[in-house]
Amino acid sequence: MSSNGKMIRKKDLTIWQKVYIPEILKGVRLTIAQIFKPKFTYSYPEERFEPQPSFRGRPVLVEENGIERCVACGLCSRVCPSLAIEVQASETGLEKERYPVKFEINMVRCIFCGFCEEVCPEEAIVMSKEYELVFTSQEEAVFGKDRLLKSTEELKDRLEFLRQHR
Amino acid sequence: METLFLVAVIKFVLYVAVVLVAVILVGWIERRLSAFIQNRLGPNRVGPYGSLQILIDVVKLLLKEDIVPKNAYKPVHDLAPIISIAVALSTFAVVPIGNTIELFGHEVKLMIASVDVGILYMLSMTSLGVYGVTLAGWSSNNKYSLLGGLRSSAQMISYELSMGLSVIGVLMISGTLRLDQIVVHQARYLGGWLPAWNIFLQPVAFITFLVAAFAETNRLPFDLPEAEPELVAGYHTEYTGLKFGLFMLAEYSNVFTACAVITTLFLGGWHLPYVENLGLTALALSILQVLTFCVKVTLVLLFFIVVRWTIPRFRYDQLMNLGWKVMLPLALANVLVTGFVLLLI
Repeated sequence: MSSNGKMIRKKDLTIWQKVYIPEILKGVRLTIAQIFKPKFTYSYPEERFEPQPSFRGRPVLVEENGIERCVACGLCSRVCPSLAIEVQASETGLEKERYPVKFEINMVRCIFCGFCEEVCPEEAIVMSKEYELVFTSQEEAVFGKDRLLKSTEELKDRLEFLRQHR
Repeated sequence: METLFLVAVIKFVLYVAVVLVAVILVGWIERRLSAFIQNRLGPNRVGPYGSLQILIDVVKLLLKEDIVPKNAYKPVHDLAPIISIAVALSTFAVVPIGNTIELFGHEVKLMIASVDVGILYMLSMTSLGVYGVTLAGWSSNNKYSLLGGLRSSAQMISYELSMGLSVIGVLMISGTLRLDQIVVHQARYLGGWLPAWNIFLQPVAFITFLVAAFAETNRLPFDLPEAEPELVAGYHTEYTGLKFGLFMLAEYSNVFTACAVITTLFLGGWHLPYVENLGLTALALSILQVLTFCVKVTLVLLFFIVVRWTIPRFRYDQLMNLGWKVMLPLALANVLVTGFVLLLI
């Protein structure tokens, strides 16, 4: 803007552009061309969105040969920004010596950031591909070990992705 | 006399049904077409291809709580949407859908009222529509609503002038104010082959009237009164439930009426060229003409919707500038030139 407040254009508009109607018609042609281009909507629930392995869905506990990998160290619980994880450790006769007798994630608090997965020393908690979560009460939203355990076959994609990129 | 009364009642009921169905149709076409332009599907679950979505939306609005702000002036707050919807629905009464038909030995005109002042009735009704908007903005006790209402009324009043003046050119050619006579007058041929539609005889008036129609119905690029980023929701911010639904219905109804009036005045109404020589029966011809009217109105409506997603919104000073400094002189010049040419011929 110059000092007297008038707008300086780099190139003044042609007479056809000033009338504005031909410009409108050019725009209308573009708009009508868009009508016939493909649409990007998924007809959910008939067509689901299948995410890539790098997608951060809900956190799940990895189950190897029927036993969870988790040693109940409590690191995920400490690092969680929204205090969603609660771990209670106990002794076991297996080689790993510790196991979580109570492992609860409050899904209403979980923000799907993936810090728990990043900090876990045993690769025992990973972000799966599930994003369809429905609960009808706050009590129902607290996921215990029964809903959190998933076997390594189901989590192949994510474990492979972590192997490559960590 | 009994037959005439019965005919009048039937026409009235049919017209009300037609307007309400037309409003639903306008809403459906707008939502689906807008979605397609934006590379997405619109509503497609309710009814075939989503056609009943507007109906369900109205039902949803009916079930919502009616909230009136504490310091709002309740009588006027309740009255404003009623004015809007009453005016919007009644403007359509003078638009002829088809040619005069012979029914039971009487001549039946396919419009509710062939008043002597046809087009003036429509212009005055749109002037009354300003009341609905202004009262809504004022009575809400909300500075954004007030600004939206004032802006909208200023915009509508400014563009009514150019709308009226652009119609004068059409009136000079047709020599009558009655809309059905204007359409009959356009059912001629110039030079033997060109239909004498007013868009060919009065192109400047057509453009002026089109732009003014966009401004009257608060449609982009002139939709500053309802611009969400600027005025929250403009004059209907404080309205919930059915009252808000009435404003939406009134807006769609205004769009439909504007398209119908543009078709009647400039595009030849129900006239389909070269079809009289085919020798069809009177009934088939009537049906064809009504269908032609519908197709023409739909085309103008598509233009309205596509332009909405093409042009950026006008700023308020640009809007008033256009209305007073460009459209008004253009319409006046059109009247001058038309009068001059008519004197020479």
